[in-house]
Amino acid sequence: MADGLTAHAGPHGDGQAHHPDLQHHFQTLGQQQEAATLGMWIFLVTEVMFFGGLLMAYLLYRVWYPEAWVEGSLELNIVLGATNTVVLIGSSLTMALGVRAAQTGAQKATVGWLLLTMALGLTFLVIKFFEYREKWELNHIPGPNFTFEGPLAPQMQIFFSLYFGLTGLHALHMIIGFTLLSVIAWMAHRGRFTPEWYTPVELSGLYWHFVDIVWIFLFPLLYLVDRTH
Amino acid sequence: MLSGIPLFPEQASNFAPEVDNLYFFVTAVTAFVALLVVVLVIIFAVKYRDRTGEKVGAPIHGSVSLELAWTIIPFLVTMVIFAWATVVFFHMVRAPDQALEIYSTGKQWMWRFQHIDGQSEINELHVPVGRPVKVTFTSEDVLHSLYFPAFRVKADAIPGRYSSLWFTATKTGEYHLFCAEYCGTDHSGMIGKVVVMEPNDYQAWLSGGGGLSMAARGEQLFQQLGCVSCHLTDGSGRGPSLAGKYGAQEILANGVAVAIDDTYVRESILTPQMKLVAGYQPLMPTFQGLVNEEGLMSLIEYIKSLPSAGQPAAATQPSAATQPAPPPNPAPAGGGSQ
Amino acid sequence: MTTTVLPRVNYLNVKYGVASWLLTKDHKRIGLMYLVLVAVAFLLGGIFAAGVRIELTTPQGDFVSADTYNRLFTMHGVTMVFFVLIPAVPAILGNFALPLMIGAKDVAFPKINLLSWYILVIGFVFTVAAMLFGGVDTGWTFYTPYSSLASNSNVMLTGIGIFIAGFSSILTGLNFMVTIHRMRAPGMTWFRLPLFVWAIYATALVQILATPVIAITVGMLALERGLGFGFFDPRLGGDPVLFQHLFWFYSHPAVYIMILPPMGAISEVIACFSRKSVFGYSFVAFSSLSIAVFGFLVWAHHLFVSGISPYSAMVFSFLSFAVAIPSAVKVFNWTATMYRGAIWWQAPMMWVFGFLGLFLIGGLTGLFLASLGLDVHLHDTYFVVAHFHYIMVGGAIMGFFAGLHFWWPKMTGRMYSNSMATLSALLVFVGFNLTFFPQFILGYLGMPRRYHVYSEEFQVLNVLSSAGASILAVGYILLASYLFYSLVKGKPAGANPWRATGLEWTTQSPPLPENFEETPIVTEAPYQYSKREVNVG
Repeated sequence: MADGLTAHAGPHGDGQAHHPDLQHHFQTLGQQQEAATLGMWIFLVTEVMFFGGLLMAYLLYRVWYPEAWVEGSLELNIVLGATNTVVLIGSSLTMALGVRAAQTGAQKATVGWLLLTMALGLTFLVIKFFEYREKWELNHIPGPNFTFEGPLAPQMQIFFSLYFGLTGLHALHMIIGFTLLSVIAWMAHRGRFTPEWYTPVELSGLYWHFVDIVWIFLFPLLYLVDRTH
Repeated sequence: MLSGIPLFPEQASNFAPEVDNLYFFVTAVTAFVALLVVVLVIIFAVKYRDRTGEKVGAPIHGSVSLELAWTIIPFLVTMVIFAWATVVFFHMVRAPDQALEIYSTGKQWMWRFQHIDGQSEINELHVPVGRPVKVTFTSEDVLHSLYFPAFRVKADAIPGRYSSLWFTATKTGEYHLFCAEYCGTDHSGMIGKVVVMEPNDYQAWLSGGGGLSMAARGEQLFQQLGCVSCHLTDGSGRGPSLAGKYGAQEILANGVAVAIDDTYVRESILTPQMKLVAGYQPLMPTFQGLVNEEGLMSLIEYIKSLPSAGQPAAATQPSAATQPAPPPNPAPAGGGSQ
Repeated sequence: MTTTVLPRVNYLNVKYGVASWLLTKDHKRIGLMYLVLVAVAFLLGGIFAAGVRIELTTPQGDFVSADTYNRLFTMHGVTMVFFVLIPAVPAILGNFALPLMIGAKDVAFPKINLLSWYILVIGFVFTVAAMLFGGVDTGWTFYTPYSSLASNSNVMLTGIGIFIAGFSSILTGLNFMVTIHRMRAPGMTWFRLPLFVWAIYATALVQILATPVIAITVGMLALERGLGFGFFDPRLGGDPVLFQHLFWFYSHPAVYIMILPPMGAISEVIACFSRKSVFGYSFVAFSSLSIAVFGFLVWAHHLFVSGISPYSAMVFSFLSFAVAIPSAVKVFNWTATMYRGAIWWQAPMMWVFGFLGLFLIGGLTGLFLASLGLDVHLHDTYFVVAHFHYIMVGGAIMGFFAGLHFWWPKMTGRMYSNSMATLSALLVFVGFNLTFFPQFILGYLGMPRRYHVYSEEFQVLNVLSSAGASILAVGYILLASYLFYSLVKGKPAGANPWRATGLEWTTQSPPLPENFEETPIVTEAPYQYSKREVNVG
């Protein structure tokens, strides 16, 4: 049919035409989109609680061992950390532009912005890899090989446990987000999205922004503990 | 045989009647509520029974005044219980100053008790009746919990930290000692007994050996580990003099005031640069791995015993050999106190 | 009167074959699949419990070794908590009944619903694998440093199982929350929702906010145990008690996940079998929400003797008393519902009677534990064990059975034997009390929990407890038997055998795949029993 609707007999009870993307248990596309968006927001709340456990541990130990926190923070590469912050903020911009492109039906632009977002995400992960590798070489990874000079070493091991725990969890979410975007970019490339229905792009955007915001918290908490030292 | 089934624990400490009275009160309140509801449910179920399943109930939907009543009244009742229970609890957490100190460490799967006069026991604790006893303890490995059911007291033993509990035994006899925090294979074997004795018998038991007092042992460690080389008593050393410091307040390098208690002393020996006293350099090395928990407790006892500058050497903590006034029988000097 | 027959087309027979079940998106089929999984877990957990109770008939450790015993009680707890109590009512009854009760065709995210089931299965597989590889012996509470540094049992595997299972709970809660927000039938305003739906909503709040915390806690434990990270290690200056805070931040609200949905089921059953509106509808609804919210504020009442500051203990004690009030309000409202009702003594109502007695004792004994001065003596004794079993089994499981017996005709289209069901309820009630009431006495006497061997004088009470457990087992076996039997030989139920109100009873039993032929339109408040004659299906 010309307006993109499909008509078929079935459980609607009246064989009424409906949008091909309308799932059968919803009454309208609007209801479906609202439900999906609400679902994603609730999921992001669970993610806040998930990171929250680690952040609570961070809070406790930072109050108990402020000197070890300063020492640990100074061991992190602030240039790379700051670069990553800019990269990620940039990727949120490109993501938002991608959602906008999908909203206006600009298919090529949608794909382009999504790919650019993925590229920036990948840049983040590569930089992270180099940071981790340096830590590995210096034996700053917590565990039996952890080595650090000075009396603060035990508490610094806690700092690094939280550093790797938080950034590792964040990196895992980045990888998941990257995979998600690759699927969405493919779908966009195949012309799957229309201005009436681009919900997956929107939801991926929400997820991506969330992962970005987590980093915005992690960067100062980990890298900027006391740079005046 | 039936008379041998205990249904209620013995009351052997000052806390037992306090806790039991609270228990009886809460039991009475909860039994009353439970009975009220159960009786009403039974009455309603029987009186309004409809065997046909075809009748309908009365069109009653609610009553705000009833809701308020059965919200507010239970809340007030629970507040009474809360207040009473909190008073008992605060009594439990505040040991009297003149309590007889006993140290303990728990580890898989035994308890060792150290009397300051030097005796040490495993899985048994001898205490005098009628005198407050404070047990300060820690764990050497995983969580444990020191529990004396007849005294109604319990506290967890946490590695890396000191816990304490106190009681005044009120009845001579032998009572259970249990570990009450699951700690692995032989958790249920980490038990023993507390032996409450008449004061004379306790003195006799104390003088039956044990070697050096804890403070004396602590003094030995203080020499052996080299503490004495920095912590000169005249204050001219690299570290502060420790004379009379126990129980005082000190200002740390970061400006915060801290009380010099068991925990502070232990932390200062194991992680010396964490809470540095103002005016001193961070030079003290850590003694982690060089002194065990019992050694730490002996050092604490030693430091407690150090007189302030200008005071004659005297015991500042009551030892088992001196009793708080007025003793019914003067106690013979016993143990190795200074 | 015509004989009732099973409807020609329903969600059970619309498609046959394993694939039609394993790839279903129908919430009703998914609910039944959860029932199978939970039943298997319940059987497994019950076998572990049997091992525990057999050992405890004698003071010596003569049935199994200490290590085996420690694994038995740990695995009993892990299985029952994570694979029975947490999923049972929400994932079985919630899945089945929620869309029907709000007039929807399905939940908001049917595919995620199926995924939730698979996730729970995978979590269960990991946990069972841990058991097959020798089990885990840390207690279901996994306290550090024992679990992180000392235990040489399968902590990691069990932790992975629990981590995965948590996501099932999160996704179910998410699904239900969106469903209730966005998929109610026209006219189904919030205050026309049945109380079971309010209960599911309050539960979803807890599932969503609390479960991620246990996930990260188990993750931290795994990092510490597996890679040597330092979060709780006292040798590094870490705090083993931090684990307790993080663990209980989830695990206390978790007990409200376990009890709120059964309470919702109780509301439905008591209204139907009193033929009367639930007394104080909005107070019961708000009580559910209050319990969910307050439940997040009390976790440290598990840490009263763990060295927390006495002032902080005071705050948590106060809040623990406060959280008891909404539950009490519910009990009073249910009792008042029966006043001047028309009480029809059918099987679901028998389970309600049992629930009321047992939940009451369980909830009231919580007051003992909230009392600081008493908790010092009672913490980690059998008093606690008795308390939580009264709530979890006497409350949650009885409530689950009440709901199961209520909705069974709707789920299967068949009736079960009412007399067998009544007998089972009686056996469970008597067996349960005999099993767990002596444990209150044992606890006050000072018998610690998780004890493989115990002091001689505790034996008689332990023997009573074990005897009760065998009666309990008979009650459960009887229940499984007559329910199974009903699947084959049960009388067809018809649309509304209980003459209940509620949208789920306006449609056939078993329902159509899409639930309703036409989307219902709601025009009145729930439980309008006294206003009209309810149609017999």
